[in-house]
Amino acid sequence: MDFLSEHQPEMLPGNRQLPPTQGVIEAPHGTTIVAVTFPGGVVLAGDRRATMGNVIAQRDIEKVFPADEYSAVGIAGTAGLAVEMVKLFQLELEHFEKVEGAQLSLEGKANRLSTMIRSNLGMAMQGLAVVPLFAGYDVDREKGRIFSYDVTGGRSEEKGFAATGSGSIFARGAMKKLFRDDLSEADATTLVVQALYDAADDDSATGGPDVARRIYPIVTVITEDGFRRLTEEESSEIARSILARRLEQPDGPRAALL
Amino acid sequence: MSTPFYVSPQQAMADRAEYARKGIARGRSLVVLQYTDGIVFVGENPSRALHKFSEIYDRIGFAAAGKYNEYENLRIGGVRYADLRGYTYDRDDVTARGLANVYAQTLGTIFSSAAEKPYEVELVVAEVGETPEGDQIYRLPHDGSIVDEHGSVAVGGNAEQISGYLDQRHQDGMSLAEALKLAVQALSRDTNGSEREIPAERLEVAVLDRTRPQKRKFRRIVGRQLSRLLEVNGAETAAEAEDPDEEK
Repeated sequence: MDFLSEHQPEMLPGNRQLPPTQGVIEAPHGTTIVAVTFPGGVVLAGDRRATMGNVIAQRDIEKVFPADEYSAVGIAGTAGLAVEMVKLFQLELEHFEKVEGAQLSLEGKANRLSTMIRSNLGMAMQGLAVVPLFAGYDVDREKGRIFSYDVTGGRSEEKGFAATGSGSIFARGAMKKLFRDDLSEADATTLVVQALYDAADDDSATGGPDVARRIYPIVTVITEDGFRRLTEEESSEIARSILARRLEQPDGPRAALL
Repeated sequence: MSTPFYVSPQQAMADRAEYARKGIARGRSLVVLQYTDGIVFVGENPSRALHKFSEIYDRIGFAAAGKYNEYENLRIGGVRYADLRGYTYDRDDVTARGLANVYAQTLGTIFSSAAEKPYEVELVVAEVGETPEGDQIYRLPHDGSIVDEHGSVAVGGNAEQISGYLDQRHQDGMSLAEALKLAVQALSRDTNGSEREIPAERLEVAVLDRTRPQKRKFRRIVGRQLSRLLEVNGAETAAEAEDPDEEK
């Protein structure tokens, strides 16, 4: 934000002096975020685990945040920096909306996030990368859209589905086999939890549904009615039904061979 | 070489106050009322783009009468103050009292500085609480003083007459439709006591609604929603006129 950089530059992540370090800094990292579009909106979901090396730092971390009424960010990478980035991003969208009296376009929001990731490049080079996934409902085009990023701030729009974080390769594989163009909202929320389950299955840094502690993935839906986070009951319902099926078929639903 | 005239400080201040008051009086009045679920802002505004009311923060709204460029400047300053404070500390640490203090300082400094002309604005800063008792309304006249108001407040050209009218009729626990009706009645009274009709298109209405599930309680009421609210009143008055004994 221009005003902040003039008045209190030390508040902005990009303006801090980096201490010289050797080796990788140990800090909690967030892991898998997935997003899927469906006709009428987009679903963004994330697991609940934060890891620090081989230690589970937190079991119930929240990695999906509303950015404003029609968009949300899911974060993978260094948790502390990512949460701060999201906070600043939320502030900036809200500030723009209040001052200008109109919302930024979805493209505008995505571009702004891109600049913020780029300003963190110095930290990223020291192993403190932040790689978010941005999803929102485009009010002008009347559809859900997903944007993925790399550490340098490179932005690319994804068609259909996307994933970020250490478990993203497995999640993407699962989504590739399950995704269809005509998903309903309920299908899409089930699909993301399936993908997170597969990611947790093969990636040690991604947490699966924790039935004993009642910790389930965070699932959010953005449609023309705005942002909505599924309640604890709703997401536990989805996770439990998937779990019940997996007891019979541990690898999940089978796709046709040809 | 000419000697400048001596002007006593009292006279200088009186002149500046007079100047600011005249500027404010040229604009249309607006009113801010408490109702059971929050605070409603009502004003006459032919423009759809240049708002008199706006959101400052989650629970805080802003209303201004007077010169547009001056209050717009103050509004943006207020949004910056609130956003910076909320980002540095916490969203709960942004309060209407703090904001009103900042405005009072700004307006007061400008008013008493000889180098600048006084701002021709009168502001209202309102914060909606969890309960009606928690609501706060501050009125900030052009000279930088703060007036803590309850129930109803009017600012702008015809403010004195309108607030007199409101004080007599405003009650705690009014519904939104009732408060809106009272506000429109108050605004339609002219200086000479005659009444005129204000069409719905010329009304600007916004509320700070404590029942809103989102963090941000500010909401504009426009278009169909506004005409529906005004119609509720129309229907009620019509029903009352038809059968005045019904409620007795």
